[in-house]
Amino acid sequence: MYFAKFAQVNHSATNISYIHANLVKLNKIYALPNDKQQQLQSTVGSYLLKRFLNYAILLVVATNLSWLLAATQLNPRSLYEVSNPPIDPVSIENNLLSRNLSDKVPLSERWVIWSSSILLDWNWGQSPRGGNVGEEIGRRIWVSVRLITLGSLLGAGLGVLIGTWSARRQYGLSDRTFTFLALLGLSIPSFVIANLLQVLATQINDVTGTRFFEFVGETGLHGDWFGAQLLDRVQHLLLPTIALTILGAAFFSRIQRNIMLDSLNSGFVRTARAKGLTRSQAINRHALRVSLIPTSTYFAFSVATLFVGAAFMEIIFSFHGMGEYAVQTIQGHDVHGAVATAAFGGVCVLSGALLADFMVAWLDPRVRSASANSV
Amino acid sequence: MAEARLKPEHLLLKRFLRNKTAVVGLIIIVALIVIAIIGPWLSPFSYDAVDRQAYLQPPSLQHPMGTTQSGRDMWALTLHGLRKSLVIGLVVALLSTSIAAIVGAFAAYYGGWLERFSLWIIDLLLVIPSFLLIALIAGNSSGGASSWLLLVLLLTLFGWMLSARVVRSLTQSVKQNEYIAAARYMGLSGPKIIVRHILPNIASLLIIDATLNVSGAILAETSLAYFGFGVQPPDTSLGTLLGDGARQLSSFPWLFAGPATIIVLLILSVNAVGDGLRDAFDPGSKASGKG
Repeated sequence: MYFAKFAQVNHSATNISYIHANLVKLNKIYALPNDKQQQLQSTVGSYLLKRFLNYAILLVVATNLSWLLAATQLNPRSLYEVSNPPIDPVSIENNLLSRNLSDKVPLSERWVIWSSSILLDWNWGQSPRGGNVGEEIGRRIWVSVRLITLGSLLGAGLGVLIGTWSARRQYGLSDRTFTFLALLGLSIPSFVIANLLQVLATQINDVTGTRFFEFVGETGLHGDWFGAQLLDRVQHLLLPTIALTILGAAFFSRIQRNIMLDSLNSGFVRTARAKGLTRSQAINRHALRVSLIPTSTYFAFSVATLFVGAAFMEIIFSFHGMGEYAVQTIQGHDVHGAVATAAFGGVCVLSGALLADFMVAWLDPRVRSASANSV
Repeated sequence: MAEARLKPEHLLLKRFLRNKTAVVGLIIIVALIVIAIIGPWLSPFSYDAVDRQAYLQPPSLQHPMGTTQSGRDMWALTLHGLRKSLVIGLVVALLSTSIAAIVGAFAAYYGGWLERFSLWIIDLLLVIPSFLLIALIAGNSSGGASSWLLLVLLLTLFGWMLSARVVRSLTQSVKQNEYIAAARYMGLSGPKIIVRHILPNIASLLIIDATLNVSGAILAETSLAYFGFGVQPPDTSLGTLLGDGARQLSSFPWLFAGPATIIVLLILSVNAVGDGLRDAFDPGSKASGKG
């Protein structure tokens, strides 16, 4: 009995990670907790704590590696040297020195200054010509939040609906159509989708002679009547949200369909039917609920990685968020900005991983009961 | 029973051919590869030749896909870009799946500190935002003709971890089989057992994985190229062409339409073939096979 249960959990773990590996790479999303075995052996609490500690160490190492790479690969001096009229070399050097960016200072010394200012003052440093990196990021995070919240929720919701619908009608016309559309959605580079939407919106604006679609920035000109500001923001959000929804729906419909098919054919759904439930009852109460567990872990990841991953949407639709910052810091030889963005990206991935761990522990009755038994 | 028995590879082929999308995908891939190989003979212009009579011209008889701002023929550029993207996709897929197979199988077979160390490295590479780091290194490299090689190495470095995890968990279950124990008692060394008995048993996963890695790598290069971190000029890839074309999409759509069509066709076909392979290898999975 014990072995049967163990094998089942183990099997589902491999199966999920198998689907995961095949689907997720298309969208560049990161890790998945596939060590349910390990989960079963320890309590949920200490398991999560252990993982959290491990993540913290990983993050510190990753951030330091990023700094090492950025400090050696980027060349902030080049920003000053191309200026016309030329700047006095001494003042360039002073400028770089004051920001801890001078390549004449040994790497180890720069590292001590950089890391101690983070540890002591939580100061992530200065960009070559702008202000404080931390403040900039603090502002941009909220832009990213506003950009991706609606789109990722709609995308996942729509994806789950389509996936469930397709799985119930496997190999029907609608299933094949949706499968093809999802495959198409995953095969088009996201910036191509965004650019095409933009062209389409311009055409519609031109034909109708209105400015219904707005696609530059977060806000624009608007009246001062009640709600005008909100409407203006919604208009600006419309196109990026559509783009994110298309991408999310394509991705999540594939995941949901595969997982739903696995759970539709599993023993507990047959048992539910045998007990007299109708097909829809069995699906809605049992199959759907179970299939949402792995899907929600993917959701945790995709939201977390979208913070930096939505760079295309941000640049094409001029939202000044984290993704745009990531690209700008690298193009602008901003060592501290790039490192802080990398660290932020790492935090996002790990929060996603932790959230996914937590969701599995919370939602999966097998993990829940296993931990209750072992306590 | 014996008379109707098919050889395993025939069975696989039969199952694969049943999936029409995948077959069409395979035909398109083969066609694209052929076009990429014979590309230089398909166009009267070289990809880096400049036609001084035609700057930024829309498609015409002489230039079937138009010309760029610097007077380069779009058709020749697209062919060259296709070749480069294909090479990048294939090499990265081959390398990263090989690394994944070796690391995953060795980690699971030997266990102990080797496994813990490999998992830690995998986690570390997953935590580092790979896109940022690849951009950081590739974007600031000196460029030149070998820039795509650096890109291949970077994409490989950050592309094997997820597959390695899957290989590891599959190896853990293959390892339990009696024939592995038998091989061990017969005195076969660990590496030999892995190469002769474990890897062939997870070959289906590796083949599917390598296929999907091809599209993954091409898409990754495309995304990097959009920001100017991809293959550096004068060399070009589909991604570089798309990135340049996207900026002038509304005024000069021909700079974008050709490469965009080709890349979507290519990625779609590779993904369809990957799906078809999964169906053929794994008919028991309800998620893919019939019944």
